[in-house]
Amino acid sequence: MILLAANTSSIGSEVWMAVVTCFAAIFTQNILLSYFLGMCSFISVSREVKTAVGLGAAVVFVMTATTILNWMAYWWVLVPLNLEFYKYILFIIIIAAFVQLIEMIIDRYSPALYQNLGIFLPLITVNCAILGAVLWMVIREYSLIVTVGFGFGSGVGWMMAIVAMAGIRQRIDESKIPAGLRGPGITLIIAGIMALAFVGFTGVLQ
Amino acid sequence: MMGFIFSVLLLSGIAAGLALILVISEKVIQNYGSCKITLNKGKKELTVEGGKPLLTTLKEQKIFLPSACGGRGTCGVCKCRVLEGAGTLLPTETPYMNDKERKEGIRLACQVKVRNDMEIEIPAFLFAIQQYQAKLAAVEDLTYDMKRFRFELLEPDRMDFIAGQYVQITCPAYKKGVDEVSRAYSIASDPQDNHFVELIVRRVPNGICTTWMFDYLKAGQSVQLTGPYGEFRMSDAQAPMIFIAGGSGMAPFVSILHQMRHAGSTRKADYFFGGNSVRDLCLGQQMAEFEKAIPSFKFNPVVARPQPEDNWSGQAGLVTEAVKRQYSDLSGHEGYLCGSPGMIDASIKVLVGLGMPQDKVYYDKFA
Repeated sequence: MILLAANTSSIGSEVWMAVVTCFAAIFTQNILLSYFLGMCSFISVSREVKTAVGLGAAVVFVMTATTILNWMAYWWVLVPLNLEFYKYILFIIIIAAFVQLIEMIIDRYSPALYQNLGIFLPLITVNCAILGAVLWMVIREYSLIVTVGFGFGSGVGWMMAIVAMAGIRQRIDESKIPAGLRGPGITLIIAGIMALAFVGFTGVLQ
Repeated sequence: MMGFIFSVLLLSGIAAGLALILVISEKVIQNYGSCKITLNKGKKELTVEGGKPLLTTLKEQKIFLPSACGGRGTCGVCKCRVLEGAGTLLPTETPYMNDKERKEGIRLACQVKVRNDMEIEIPAFLFAIQQYQAKLAAVEDLTYDMKRFRFELLEPDRMDFIAGQYVQITCPAYKKGVDEVSRAYSIASDPQDNHFVELIVRRVPNGICTTWMFDYLKAGQSVQLTGPYGEFRMSDAQAPMIFIAGGSGMAPFVSILHQMRHAGSTRKADYFFGGNSVRDLCLGQQMAEFEKAIPSFKFNPVVARPQPEDNWSGQAGLVTEAVKRQYSDLSGHEGYLCGSPGMIDASIKVLVGLGMPQDKVYYDKFA
């Protein structure tokens, strides 16, 4: 795309870049279906659309927020001090602390939201998709604005995949599946077919 | 070297700082302050620290909701009705609730957190449950394998119970290899004679608690009782009643008969007592006294297998057959059963078969 190649110094093109990165993170480089990150909760919590939406929303929120926080920690603290090799430890600590704090706040001030979203937060602390997105953001050297788009897009992409999977699994609930394939087995096969479908987006963005 | 130390210190500092933020925010955010719990429409009001599950909060206030799993949300026993202040039903509670319970606001006390002022409803008998220090006052042999134990209550010295309720007795570790256990026994004494509690116990071969009570427990020895528990009791209706119980299942009925005698009740009550043989029959004397004091009460001992040498002139066969012989239509009656699960299930079948509505059969199953 022309705009991708253009000079990204002005704010306007930064924002456009963020939108493009967001779109790419959802479709062409879906964190779950292209990179297979965050598979364990994807398989275990995709039985019902309702819970999948809750978990997905929690992932969107945590992913957006932690990529931003970790961007700050990396570029403002680790890079100036030449301590980039600490990034793995620091990222994990920040993600864990942030999720804990958010869980506490939601539990206290919005019991309704807590029931729909909060109970999934502990599951997300150790979700590799979160750490994966943070590391991509560092490796690809995104700017802060682009990072917002990337974090949000990765979350939405993950949510879309798990909600679609839950929808499919609800439909095949009554189907006769060979005994050995029931549960995780058929889920992995479906995930593979979905991933194949997503390959179709390749080339939309360069 | 300095750089290495600095970097370690920096990382530890960041981790410690984040931990500090979490600890402080937990203190600030998770502080719910004191909450007011109103029980049974103002019968009792508690002021408690918020933030903990309702079950634990009530326990700290000496209100013991029954719970089998200890608050992990796996048994569904700690149900109580929350009228206000619990929020919507949690996903962890839904598997234990039917539609009626959902509508009535029944919740699992171990899952509901006290966050604000609450209004709840619990069975009234739970208020009265206390721990009692008692001492064995007397033991009386009833049959070859049944005894009546009379306990004097010391601290507190009176127990207000409703005829039909039970107590739990704590059986200590009386010999090597036996742990402390508690067992439930129905109260078999006069509710007005509330300084004492009598239990009718049948010896269970190799039973932990009955062996202790029969062979180890001596008059004057102190024991620990908790109670009164249970909702088995006479209904407020005036419908004629059928009692069915054998052996130590007799206990709650002795208590109920005391209550009827005090009240001068004229409610019809037919007691079918089932025994395997004549030597299983007991308390004939006391039953005869009740028959005299309560004209509407009748005691029918039934012996399953009378031996020729017993000279048994009363009814023979199964107790359920005796009921069938005497009644053809029980649609207006109420049934009261106490005993083993097998005997109760068989009796329910017969009573319902004779037209008694299922919800008019009250029972206390020995688990």
